[in-house]
Amino acid sequence: MNLVDKQIVQNKMNKRIISNQIMRQLFFLAAAFGIVVLVVLLYRIFSEGIPYLDWSFFTNFASRFPEEAGIKAAIAGSLWLMAVTAPISLMLGVGTAIYLEEYAKENMFTRFIRMNISNLAGVPSVVFGLLGLTVFVRLMEMGRSVMAGGLTMSLLILPIIVVSSQEAIRAIPKSQYEASYAMGATRWQTIRRIVLPAAIPGILTGGILALSRAIGETAPLLMIGALSFVAYLPENIWSSFTVLPIQIFNWTGRPQEEFHLVASTGIIVLLVILLLMNSIAIFIRNKFSKS
Amino acid sequence: MKQKKSNQILPRLLEKSAPVFFLLCAIISILTTIGIILTLLVETITFFNRVSFTEFITGTQWWPFGENASYGILPLISGTLLITVIAMIVAIPIGLASAIYLSEFASNKVRKVVKPVLEILAGIPTIVYGFFALTFVTPMFQLVIDDLPIFNALSPGIVVGIMIIPMIASLSEDAMSSVPNVMREGALAMGSTRLEVAMKVVVPAALSGIIASFVLGLSRAIGETMIVSVAAGSTPKLTTDVTESIQTMTGYIVQVTLGDASYGSTTYYSIYAVGMTLFVFTLIMNLLSQYISRRFKEDY
Repeated sequence: MNLVDKQIVQNKMNKRIISNQIMRQLFFLAAAFGIVVLVVLLYRIFSEGIPYLDWSFFTNFASRFPEEAGIKAAIAGSLWLMAVTAPISLMLGVGTAIYLEEYAKENMFTRFIRMNISNLAGVPSVVFGLLGLTVFVRLMEMGRSVMAGGLTMSLLILPIIVVSSQEAIRAIPKSQYEASYAMGATRWQTIRRIVLPAAIPGILTGGILALSRAIGETAPLLMIGALSFVAYLPENIWSSFTVLPIQIFNWTGRPQEEFHLVASTGIIVLLVILLLMNSIAIFIRNKFSKS
Repeated sequence: MKQKKSNQILPRLLEKSAPVFFLLCAIISILTTIGIILTLLVETITFFNRVSFTEFITGTQWWPFGENASYGILPLISGTLLITVIAMIVAIPIGLASAIYLSEFASNKVRKVVKPVLEILAGIPTIVYGFFALTFVTPMFQLVIDDLPIFNALSPGIVVGIMIIPMIASLSEDAMSSVPNVMREGALAMGSTRLEVAMKVVVPAALSGIIASFVLGLSRAIGETMIVSVAAGSTPKLTTDVTESIQTMTGYIVQVTLGDASYGSTTYYSIYAVGMTLFVFTLIMNLLSQYISRRFKEDY
């Protein structure tokens, strides 16, 4: 006598196996969706933007005529902005990370700083823009300058740099600390000679990724009033300026179709810059993670 | 002996001052938060001296320019929520499904291709996404939906969703891959299919991390600025019709700072009141996300 009807069992198993197969395909399609979007986006932008991409695009200022429009001022502005943002945000970020990892005792204050940093990471960038507009542009009277923009951007990317620097510091084996202390080194000597050199690849990787975020940011700089029609190069950190994303935003907002094509060309340049920065970051990570 | 002592003054000074310097760096981050809150608070109070709080939170008209200005924030909130809902409808299923695929089905080879692509998607500036929404997604929908205006809620909503997919996928995948293999093997040994392992063991075990990633995605969608500024238009409207032009809170702030609201006018102060509302919304979401992932963290 059959206790189990084989046919029923077989049917049930088939059903489960088939649904496994179908869902597997669906999940795969979902994962592939990102790739498809990326390909479409890149194809669109490159096919539209390449015709405008020539040397004069880099050497011309913004113009009312699409064929004469260029990104000279925007590139210079982005570089100036980085020149302010990079040192400030790295100093503050790495300093905070060293404090949290090396000096801070586990108490209310330390927990408060940690919580504060993870909350700052979630504050929308427009809100940082409002902060920059009020505090740097108006209160400290920096005006719509590179300095005001750089400070705003520094605060915006600070949480990213802190977290990645903390990870880099935490990854250093405890034995290295012990060796240093055993040799009679003080805490600061250990930080300067052991911790920082060992953590630098990780800090740089995180720092470059954070800066590439700053290069692509538009909203906070719009708030503090980085201009979109700049026909000169910034002379110092108090000059007004524009950056690549704002120039692209300006071209995007114009009704003429030609300016959309110019915007595509600008986007190509922006994406290439970001790709370069990311490759450098990945290169540093791979080169140093082997040891 | 004396010579030696004077040589030690500088190192000692450094030894003492280094922790102070690092503490100051750490305090800057707290000052930033205080700065944000004070900025928003002070200017918002100025705003509420001119416009009644009740009108602000219950008014259904947002018309900040001109003679008969009206400051009811509900249209901006509904615009923001409309974008957020569309974004989450796109991002949650696709993000979660990608995470399940990467964590439970994919071979190492596939994972090595898909993960970097998701990272690239996450690194694309939002202005590029905005441009994509305006010049590609909207025209594409215009082929299907008759008389869809150039500015609408649908295409920026979808593109915001696309922007969030990498975040949900990678955070959910992190949560799922921290589920120990013993649990998978146990289920497989009982004769479960991969799908059953994923849906009945791994996803429930990683649920807190997965939900935390959804909430964080929600917060990102609420605060997203450039995509909606470029593609959603600037028509504050209390509507659920996704084909209409709307305005979000972030979109309004950008519109005002771009335009000519003179310093000191009520319109100028209104961006702080809107910014405050936005800040409170996203702060609640971020705290909630942290709370969920901490509170319900499974101990394996």
